[in-house]
Amino acid sequence: MALTIGIPRETAAGEKRVASVPEVVEKLIKLGFKAAVESGAGDAANFSDESYRAAGAEIIVGASQLWAASDIVFKVAVPTSAEVGMMREGGILIGFIWPAQNPELMNQLAAKKATVLAIDCLPRQLSRAQKMDALTSQAGVAGYRAVIEAANVFGRFFNGQITAAGKVPPAKVFIAGAGVAGLAAIGTAAGLGAIVRANDTRAEVADQVKSLGGEFVKVEYEEEGSGGGGYAKVMSEGFQQAQREMYAKQAREVDIIITTALIPGKPAPRLITAEMVQSMKPGSVIVDMAAERGGNCELTEPGKAVVKHGVTIVGYADLNSRLAKQSSTLYATNLFRLTEELCKSRDGTINVNMEDDAIRGLTVIKDGEITWPAPPLKLPAPAAKPAAVKAAPPPAHGHGGGGAPASAGKTAAIFGAAALLFLLIGAYAPAAFLGHFTVFVLACFVGYMVVWNVTPALHTPLMSVTNAISSIIAIGALVQIAPAGVMGFNRPDVWIRGMAVVAIALTAINMFGGFAVTKRMLSMFRK
Amino acid sequence: MSASLATVSYIGATILFILSLGGLSNPESSRRGNLYGMIGMTIAVLATVFGPRVAAAGIPWIIAAMVVGGSVGLYAARKVQMTQMPELVALMHSLVGLAACMIGFANYIDPSTSMFLRGAEKSIHEIEVYLGILIGAVTFAGSLIAFGKLSGKIGGKPLLLPGRHYLNLLGLLVVIGFGWQFLHAESIGAGMTGLIVMTVIALLFGIHMVMAIGGADMPVVISMLNSYSGWAAAATGFMLNNDLLIVTGALVGSSGAILSYIMCRAMNRNFFSVIAGGFGSGGGKPAKAGGDAQPAGEVVAISAAETAELLREAKNVIIVPGYGMAVAQAQHAVYELTQFLREKGVNVRFGIHPVAGRMPGHMNVLLAEAKVPYDIVMEMDEINGDFPDTDVAIVIGANDIVNPAAQEEPGSPIAGMPVLEVWKAKTSIMMKRSMATGYAGIENPLFYKENNRMLFGDAKKMLEEVLVALKS
Repeated sequence: MALTIGIPRETAAGEKRVASVPEVVEKLIKLGFKAAVESGAGDAANFSDESYRAAGAEIIVGASQLWAASDIVFKVAVPTSAEVGMMREGGILIGFIWPAQNPELMNQLAAKKATVLAIDCLPRQLSRAQKMDALTSQAGVAGYRAVIEAANVFGRFFNGQITAAGKVPPAKVFIAGAGVAGLAAIGTAAGLGAIVRANDTRAEVADQVKSLGGEFVKVEYEEEGSGGGGYAKVMSEGFQQAQREMYAKQAREVDIIITTALIPGKPAPRLITAEMVQSMKPGSVIVDMAAERGGNCELTEPGKAVVKHGVTIVGYADLNSRLAKQSSTLYATNLFRLTEELCKSRDGTINVNMEDDAIRGLTVIKDGEITWPAPPLKLPAPAAKPAAVKAAPPPAHGHGGGGAPASAGKTAAIFGAAALLFLLIGAYAPAAFLGHFTVFVLACFVGYMVVWNVTPALHTPLMSVTNAISSIIAIGALVQIAPAGVMGFNRPDVWIRGMAVVAIALTAINMFGGFAVTKRMLSMFRK
Repeated sequence: MSASLATVSYIGATILFILSLGGLSNPESSRRGNLYGMIGMTIAVLATVFGPRVAAAGIPWIIAAMVVGGSVGLYAARKVQMTQMPELVALMHSLVGLAACMIGFANYIDPSTSMFLRGAEKSIHEIEVYLGILIGAVTFAGSLIAFGKLSGKIGGKPLLLPGRHYLNLLGLLVVIGFGWQFLHAESIGAGMTGLIVMTVIALLFGIHMVMAIGGADMPVVISMLNSYSGWAAAATGFMLNNDLLIVTGALVGSSGAILSYIMCRAMNRNFFSVIAGGFGSGGGKPAKAGGDAQPAGEVVAISAAETAELLREAKNVIIVPGYGMAVAQAQHAVYELTQFLREKGVNVRFGIHPVAGRMPGHMNVLLAEAKVPYDIVMEMDEINGDFPDTDVAIVIGANDIVNPAAQEEPGSPIAGMPVLEVWKAKTSIMMKRSMATGYAGIENPLFYKENNRMLFGDAKKMLEEVLVALKS
């Protein structure tokens, strides 16, 4: 029996996202589900009711009607108690829950005998979970938007330009925290042409920063900052001191600071003090992406853009809603991937398989029973450093036959063997043979030199043309067929002629066929 | 025609042959190179036929044999499909080998050739005959088996007889023993026994050698047989005291030897271990790659429509073809896809691994046949650095040549083999019929990479579906 997936209109203030978009609704229907969308659900993200209807969804007016009609509800923002109240007994809810912060909500949902999958509880370490990782997809969008917000209030170009009116220096951007949001911000700012620096307590992200065009600024203090699950941990006092000095230095130098530092379950770390803000050039911008959780900057006012000491401090908490269409599309795809995992049979039913590590982690309430927190994953401990992967030795010989010279001992051995061979031949072989032998050895060298110049693309024609040329062996048969001046020998003429004729015929196949097929092949090579 | 004129003609022919091989250094000059080869051959044949060593009585025979053989050759050259090139080349090698045998025998039973030779000269002449026939027979039998394997008439699996190395060694000893007897034979009739026994052993050895080699090692085998056919010609040249044959044989022989070397290097394998047969015969069965666990991650399959979607977004595409493309005859579909994408302004290029396919340069010829311009067909070394900037890398019917284990797992049987780094592209798409392993029989961690997608199905059919989806 096909279940109905319901997509309500988000009720939280300022929330413009929607849990699924028409494109994805279509895919959900292909998985065998029915889809119901509350009228106006996608309006804020520019998805009309018509587009959902065209994708095959049923449009339902009124939140309570929608919740009542849905077996499964896809949400974005944490559901309110009013929404939970409308939920069907024993229904399924998928969306952001944050169970640690919302214990009451959990109890309320449990009382509804609901099954709840919290997308924020996804075990992110699992590589196959990445396609469902909504935290990552949303953080990426927010990082992009943070740069756009900064550019919006910043009074200059991002990229350096040389104009007729003079030289414009590029903007300098510092990004604190190189998580998903930070990396997206680095990429975006570098794409706009700014000089980008970034810092993170986890030293291993330095390469990622560089790959996106940023410069990694190190804190001069030895400490490992990876806290598991892709988050950073709280650092020691000594480290924080060194870090503060580094931030103070950056604040004096850069035009724009974007902070993204978050530590799970704790208020956001204070990275930018009031003095640092004061030390910044007038017209500078700070975008504090941690505003909602207390802010990385001391002077941030959550939800607002304020100007203090001549520095604009942007503390918007709704960066995702400011890019609602993109955020919604990515979020919808994450949920679709999750639905695929839940509905392996592709028949519109759901199987919450608690044996599956990813699904076990996501499921915070199963049939009214709280299953959060999930037991820690038994992952093979990620090797600290990929056990010094032995670099594959470079190919021993370069193209052209030269390449690395062979070891001295080996060369000596080869020369020694050659000398011995030549000595033997010189000692015993008659003069006539030596003449031919000279020709043979020289011809081998000529062949060696010539063939190394052949481009690999023409190796097949090379083989067919050498094949044709080796039919020169026909000459051997030609001189046997009726040699001049052999009268008087007791020669088995018939036998010899028979074999020679056959040999000529065979080599003629090669001679004509080989050249013809080479010609045919070569005529196909064109620009 | 005087003897001196014939000799000078031979020198001319030699130079033309060298120029012919030299012309292949790039596709522009290659056509002229082939023409040089033809002219050289014509000069050589005419100089011989009208030279001092052929009496007029022989000319009708020669013409008859040439016409028969030539027509067969031209017919075959016209009819052969480009995917069948390896078979054709193998078959032609066998003809050279057979001809070398016949010429050797004919020379041996001709008393006029050795009548005036004495002492060391006679011994050397006989050794030349013996060796010429030996190499010819090995080439003939080996090439015939290679032909059978390539055309599917014989199964591609390596046939590994127990104690096969000892069998070969025994064969070698017998050949040397009979060689000794042959050298000391009083009359032609007495030497014949040894010669025939040796020929039979050489034939068996040729069969056995190629039977023990599996499908994907064929590029090495074909180039090696190419080389042998050259050495056979050179040996015949020694036997007949003919410098033109010696030079040409040496050219062909070293050409084949270099190709074998390139192929072996491209597989990071030792020439002898390839010839000895089987994969990883040095360390027993490859077993599980160094006892490593199943690669982490999961395999993500996609449809033709989704592939089209990825391609529509792409700016840089690299296509890596393998033997599977030849099997599915998909080169024309590949061309159409390439053409369509290029018209849209997508930068489509091809990355060719030296051992892709069943003979050196096999993929290049197939793509050229399908009208893919050769300047977008790159060698592995040229293109490997470009994968990180590539949006989509499509692998068509290849496996081991894109296996990251070669670089990432030092314990893997193919560790150190140069491979095309498709996994560095933003997305890689493997077009394959199934999850089966490649020739080396080892897991390909690429399948499990997060940015890899699998497009299962027949390459040609799938490419056509992708193209339809792209056009809609």
